[in-house]
Amino acid sequence: MSNVPGNLKYTKSHEWVRVEGGTAVVGITDHAQHELTDIVFVELPDAGKKIEAGKACAVVESVKTASDIYSPVSGEILETNRAVVDDPALVNREPYDGGWFFKIKLAKPAELESLLTPEEYKAQIKA
Amino acid sequence: MGLKHTPLFTAHQKLGARLIDFGGWEMPVQYAGIVQEHLAVRQAAGIFDISHMGEVTVNGAAAEAFLNQVLTNDVRKLNPGESQYTLMCNANGGVIDDLYASRLSGEVFLLIINASRIEADVAWLQAQAAQFAGRSDLQLTDASHRYAAVAVQGPRVKEFIDGCIPGAAISAMRTDAVTHLKKNQIGGFAFEGHCVLVSRTGYTGEDGFEIVGTGEAILHVWERVLAAGRPFGIQPCGLGARDTLRTEVCYPLYGHELDEHTTPIEAGLGFFVALDKGEFNGRAALAAQKAGGVKKKLAAFKMSEKSPPPRPHYPVWTDGANRGAVTSGTQSPSLGVGIGLAYVPPAQAKPDTRVDIEIRGRQFGAVVVPKPIYRKA
Repeated sequence: MSNVPGNLKYTKSHEWVRVEGGTAVVGITDHAQHELTDIVFVELPDAGKKIEAGKACAVVESVKTASDIYSPVSGEILETNRAVVDDPALVNREPYDGGWFFKIKLAKPAELESLLTPEEYKAQIKA
Repeated sequence: MGLKHTPLFTAHQKLGARLIDFGGWEMPVQYAGIVQEHLAVRQAAGIFDISHMGEVTVNGAAAEAFLNQVLTNDVRKLNPGESQYTLMCNANGGVIDDLYASRLSGEVFLLIINASRIEADVAWLQAQAAQFAGRSDLQLTDASHRYAAVAVQGPRVKEFIDGCIPGAAISAMRTDAVTHLKKNQIGGFAFEGHCVLVSRTGYTGEDGFEIVGTGEAILHVWERVLAAGRPFGIQPCGLGARDTLRTEVCYPLYGHELDEHTTPIEAGLGFFVALDKGEFNGRAALAAQKAGGVKKKLAAFKMSEKSPPPRPHYPVWTDGANRGAVTSGTQSPSLGVGIGLAYVPPAQAKPDTRVDIEIRGRQFGAVVVPKPIYRKA
């Protein structure tokens, strides 16, 4: 049974968003890390890069596959998480805590409305 | 037409295996996780379902001569109860399959062939047999659907395997116990009213055994081995770990390092080509390559900087140009670095040569290393 914290928003492509004022912290869900299994490499966008919602902006690689990570929201990358670059398995261990990917300055906060609620995401992964 | 299942399919489901389509077979790619399973085999033990592989029996007074015609290695070297790695080539020296050939008794041979090549191999063998001068003394049978098989691999297997398949061998190499089989020896053992063939062979670079028998027998072997091996740390292992294990020790996989347009010489397998045994399919082409050189050579490499894992088909840049491609690649669970195999021009196949692997449009540094990439301390 996959962990879906109630204080986050989600995307269909298994990213989560934690809103902190005008900033969004982004990572991949417990369901996603479980599907990927052993994560061996994480490629993050550079700080300062401008991202559009729905566009691929990072890559996560497991032993068998490479998966694109899509930005849930538009904005500028403020900070990336060095810890997952150095220790990719951290994403498997702490998908919602230490395993965050990047922080993005929200350019269009209204985009948050079209993200999935925890209940909607739970329903999607159960299906 | 659905996917094919081995006799162990329900066992995989019960263990919570993640199943994938592997060449028309629904097979476990992993159970607990590829890295965990890989490390279990390196440190303790793992068991793999290899029932999808093919078995061909070749019997009769002409069997030895026929096999020496169609295979590159010299089967005359095999005493009863001995096996050898070998290849089957076309007239150009291109590989039709790589396989193991065993002599079970004087005129009885068993070939273990790749699952993906069963149809191609059997068609080829039958066509060759139809033209063979001694064909009236030759019986060739595709027995693949009749047999299941498992591989039990790892340094601790020898501590519990005799308890699973007890007693002395009753045929082929008649040892007093399974663990008395030496590397590449094969013996028939009585097991719960069946006969199973046990060889000290494998595809992981660890000590271990491969066991062939009927579906019913192999299902019981699977259960017995998992139960007996539990205190020693055995894990069920899937195709994912099978691939990372063999890549670390540079064993070829048909369709990657080997195909009908690639020769054993290019793949670095000249040791298994007995040019001096007499005529065999592909001999002239292979002799010419051995004497005159090849245009491409299989090299093993290790990433020399942090990079995404190298994967099959990624371009290899040497000497300023794209001159080759990765055939197998992965993040090595044992070494924690990207590793792989690639065909490059012979001049760049020497250890210590620096190459670049192109991954998603960017080049990352790697270095050619001697084979095997992983070896025990």
